[in-house]
Amino acid sequence: MSADRRRWLKGAGASLAGLWLAACDRLNETPAVRATLARAERLTFKVQRATTDRMALAREYPAEAISADFRANGSISPGDADYRALLANDFRDWRLVVDGLVSTPLSLSMAELRAQPSRSQITRHDCVEGWSSIGKWTGARLGPLLDRAGLSEQARYIVFHCYDTLDPAAGANGRYYESLDLIDAYHPQTILAYAMNDAALPVKHGAPARLRVERQLGYKQAKYLMRIEAVADLAHISGGNGGFWEDRGYEWYAGI
Amino acid sequence: MSGSTVVKPRKVLVARHGLTTRITHWINALALSMLLLSGLQIFNAHPALYWGQASTFASPWLAMTAEPRGDDFAGVTTVAGRRFETTGVLGYSDTPRGFPAWATLPSYRSLADGRRWHFFFAWMFVINGAIYLITALLGGHLRRDLWLKRAELAPRHLLREIIDHAQLRFPKGEEARRYNALQKGAYLSMALVFLPLMVATGLTMSPGFNAAAPWLLDLFGGRQSARSLHFISAAVIVAFVIVHLLMVVASGPWNNIRSMITGRYAIEIKGADQ
Repeated sequence: MSADRRRWLKGAGASLAGLWLAACDRLNETPAVRATLARAERLTFKVQRATTDRMALAREYPAEAISADFRANGSISPGDADYRALLANDFRDWRLVVDGLVSTPLSLSMAELRAQPSRSQITRHDCVEGWSSIGKWTGARLGPLLDRAGLSEQARYIVFHCYDTLDPAAGANGRYYESLDLIDAYHPQTILAYAMNDAALPVKHGAPARLRVERQLGYKQAKYLMRIEAVADLAHISGGNGGFWEDRGYEWYAGI
Repeated sequence: MSGSTVVKPRKVLVARHGLTTRITHWINALALSMLLLSGLQIFNAHPALYWGQASTFASPWLAMTAEPRGDDFAGVTTVAGRRFETTGVLGYSDTPRGFPAWATLPSYRSLADGRRWHFFFAWMFVINGAIYLITALLGGHLRRDLWLKRAELAPRHLLREIIDHAQLRFPKGEEARRYNALQKGAYLSMALVFLPLMVATGLTMSPGFNAAAPWLLDLFGGRQSARSLHFISAAVIVAFVIVHLLMVVASGPWNNIRSMITGRYAIEIKGADQ
């Protein structure tokens, strides 16, 4: 084969590949296509909820299984001024607010949170990226805490507002937040963890307290908790999709 | 003319593939293509694989990385401790990434979009596969056309077929009406082993499904093992498809493609058997 022809073939191949990529990317950005793909998420959620035990526990592991190299992702040292001030004072001024659609709004110190009904569990943390690490978490069970605040009839979701700004370019919508429905909020393994591997929760893992919702992926495990809000719907909060990553295209239901 | 003339082989069209087989074949081809491209996008979010429940970040059995090399980068793929330079394809292709842009959907990095495509086509694949398996089981396609007979499993017979295949000598005439043992083995292993394994290992990566069916974690030896097996099984399926396509081309592409569209397959029959 002559060099000319080879070059021509190579060029033709590259153009074909280019066309293919452009076509795929174009499809990926077409709103109707995106809406169709998103239907699968609701189907997954509904089928998992319909066919599996809603109270089934995530697997718990023996102490030997705890990962020495538990990876921290997302914010690992928030620069937010209010957070730095709390950290400087070893979280003595930290309060966890529970409000929204509740009869008795709460504002709990760390000592008060630690006095709540608690649970310890050694579970696997699955990042949406694909990796897993195993750690031991101790924290206040969310269910009894919500009962203490008295959820109103209208409450459908529990929103977790966090101290860390993960996307400074997004302004007020750049702060991390997450949400759960009441089924996962009342699940026995859903806790507000203040200890990891029997020590106070490290900053990179969300000090002073983070959410653990063990049947979902890592991005649901909101760190640096500030406020827990009971709401009727998620539309009016930040980007309206129920979470920082959800506002950036990830599924609200992170059980898969 | 007298009876002494040489009878030329005659082409006849025989019914080869049933309607369900044909429809599910093409839907499967579409779904698997999209699952592969979006799956590689998802893999690129953390291009390393481990065995067991959790990741051992310092010692993946497979990893694709970019390493500084002078002013540029080199792509390095490590498999079971052995390093391979894979610049331009794996580890580094214009930018640090596991698989290159042409192998992922979308071409640019977007784990969120990759997941949406993957789960949409996963549903299509599962529903389509279930329809195929149920029809093949109840309609007798599995037993009649795919199940291996004892004689076909004899070593001598298998050896003969392997030699024939290697020389691209394909069955002719009456023999071509049926699948041979190698075809049966390949198709059966896909339909009953590797494709179902994709679903099972995929579900084992779902933390929600883990709580409902923890036995899957035990079956595959942990979530990270399931992720590794998902990758390996996908590689086996890709290898099958490559051989499948080569065989389609080598044994008469138009006849094969027509048979998977219209169901009719041409075979040559000696004039004598009319």
